[in-house]
Amino acid sequence: MTARIQSIERAAAILVLLSGRTRRLGVVQLAGELALPKATVHGILRTLAAVGFVEQDEETGKYQLGAALLHMGSSYLDGNELRARALNWSDSLAARSGESVRIGTLHDGQVLVVHHVFRPDDSRQALEVGALQPAHATAMGKVLLAANRYAAEELAGEGLARYTPATITDWDALSAELGVVLERGWAGDAQELVPGEVSLAAPIDDRRGVTVGAIGISGPVERLTEAGGPRSDLVSFVREAARAVSRDLGAIPW
Amino acid sequence: MSEQFIASVDQGTASSRCLVFDGRARVISVSQIEHRHIFPRPGYVEHDAAEIWRNVQYVVQDALATVGLAVGDVVALGITNQRETTVLWDRATGVPVHNALNWQDMRTDHLVRELGGDAGPDRFRDRCGLPLATYFSGPKIRWLLDHVDGLGERAANGEVLFGTIDSWLIWNLTGRHVTDVTNAGRTMLMNLETLDWDDVLLDAMGVPRAMLPEIRPSMEVYAEAGGALAGLPVAAALGDQHAALFGQTCFSPGDAKCTYGTGSFLLMNTGEQPVQSANGLLTTVGYKIGDQPATYALEGSIAVTGALVQWFRDKLGLIGSASEIETLARTVDDNGGCYFVPAFSGLFAPHWRSDARGVIAGLTGYISKGHLARAVLEATTWQTREVVDAMNSDAGVAMTSLKVDGGMTANNLLMQSLADVLDVPVVRPIVAETPSLGAAYAAGLAVGFWPDVEDLRAQWHKAAEWLPAMEPAVREKGYRKWRKAVARTMDWVDADDD
Repeated sequence: MTARIQSIERAAAILVLLSGRTRRLGVVQLAGELALPKATVHGILRTLAAVGFVEQDEETGKYQLGAALLHMGSSYLDGNELRARALNWSDSLAARSGESVRIGTLHDGQVLVVHHVFRPDDSRQALEVGALQPAHATAMGKVLLAANRYAAEELAGEGLARYTPATITDWDALSAELGVVLERGWAGDAQELVPGEVSLAAPIDDRRGVTVGAIGISGPVERLTEAGGPRSDLVSFVREAARAVSRDLGAIPW
Repeated sequence: MSEQFIASVDQGTASSRCLVFDGRARVISVSQIEHRHIFPRPGYVEHDAAEIWRNVQYVVQDALATVGLAVGDVVALGITNQRETTVLWDRATGVPVHNALNWQDMRTDHLVRELGGDAGPDRFRDRCGLPLATYFSGPKIRWLLDHVDGLGERAANGEVLFGTIDSWLIWNLTGRHVTDVTNAGRTMLMNLETLDWDDVLLDAMGVPRAMLPEIRPSMEVYAEAGGALAGLPVAAALGDQHAALFGQTCFSPGDAKCTYGTGSFLLMNTGEQPVQSANGLLTTVGYKIGDQPATYALEGSIAVTGALVQWFRDKLGLIGSASEIETLARTVDDNGGCYFVPAFSGLFAPHWRSDARGVIAGLTGYISKGHLARAVLEATTWQTREVVDAMNSDAGVAMTSLKVDGGMTANNLLMQSLADVLDVPVVRPIVAETPSLGAAYAAGLAVGFWPDVEDLRAQWHKAAEWLPAMEPAVREKGYRKWRKAVARTMDWVDADDD
């Protein structure tokens, strides 16, 4: 039996701690988590940085996973890649639902819109790719936070801003809601960002079952809800689109 | 009455697909199967036409079965197909007499130069709108007649029939030997004005009229299918790029679409008269609805667009997937003064210089891989601009917007760059499979499923739109630099180069 190499085990432990997409940690935090001397952790981090597996943020001095590692197939998926892979399914979702479609990824605690399909009614609409939405007040954001509790907790630490009377600003309430979202596989926002606007979203998973994005629709409360809840046919359309994209990304079919 | 549907077959270079559309022209089912490419020797590309026919039957039945439809639920079948690919078969047995010669097949290279003679490649352009090139069907027929024993005589007696893929499929579906004007227009044998086979062209290429299909409009009920699809009206046929033009609802002169793939195809509707190009663009029939006058188009193809991104990925290895080029390009704000002219096998429309080779111009120590990624994407943008300028000048109408489709439309940076450089809105439709949509539109029109083209316009929806946001001075400077880069590609190939 070959002996295991301690420094590689420690490096792996550091990478695991940093493996949340939004997770940035300093040397002190990492040393604390691993119960190792700061100097040891610093040495390992410098080695990992030299091979591109971690990067140090210039402003904060904190460490995050590096581009080299991300490209080796971690939970990170290039947003442009995600758009290309989801193009046909998102078009189809817009056609079926009659509403605008967005695909989002988590970016520093917010939802980055990586793809946007217009509502198919030829009204004047502007492309919102690149826009950021608050995660706790949107269906896409809830889907992404439910799959990444660390990001959710980090967000809660910064405080949950109120946008409408319906916005969930209490961490316990949000935490409970995220549990429901994870359980049932889809999320809704009932006028929590914009009065009169509702959104629905479901997770896009990659081949290891890691949630890499969310796909959803949004529109006026009159069209998207019935009897006080989201229209079940629209929920089905969103979930089917999410499953279809996930299948194309290699997620286990179900 | 129960709900009715339109089925559309897209017989492409790589695969055969069937899409089923509902009354609002939404895709409800897709089936697809790939076929073999046969490469007997370098430069030769063939298909097994019998395999293609089997695959088409399979995808139609599979697409219907997947959503629980019977043939009777479908009111019409439309066909769109890879263009120019040439099939010859025995009239009595229906068996192909040779593998189909794919449009990419280069075996007629020597033959087309011989046919041009002293007059050169434009010898027949006045009549058929096309330059002599290996793509087109006429020379491929001639090659087969010359190289398969006894074929010349049997063809003259009408025992052997010719068809492009549309014709081969309709013959197998219905027993009728017809083709549509858009496909016939890619043979170099059809007169653009009369829309009939041209005796001068037939004589020059040595193709007997007895083997040719009857040329029909792009949309009318050709016949009902037999066999497993019995009773299904076959109601439309269009070459793939023509179907895409129709599927993009480019119904008015000046309407244009560009399909961005490995290479790109830009077609502009020029109305009821064929426009001869002074810039080396192709003149082609856009479509013909029943008894109405034909609608013509100008076609400009760009050889290297997506292929340059693939080259950047596979040969330079600076990105792991084609989509990552956008991520890399966004690490910088502009091209840093760097321009990439991918004249890998010369310059095509509107320059037509076979002595040109690729150039990366404007290199300085400042240029990073991000700038190179920008230059790679902008190569597609500037090449499009050159073709659009040529079209505007030939057609005498200025393009007012560009409708786009194809895989590269997923690249937002590229689409924005197109809008900026063309200074017109760039629009992506909600149905990405525009050739299939066009064939479905056409078949639906032919049987009255949809009343008119205005109704089709109302069915068509934008999925995204990019608006120009570039300062005119920046645009003009960029174009000037691009043209300087293009000038530097020329006169590279020497007589002693391989």
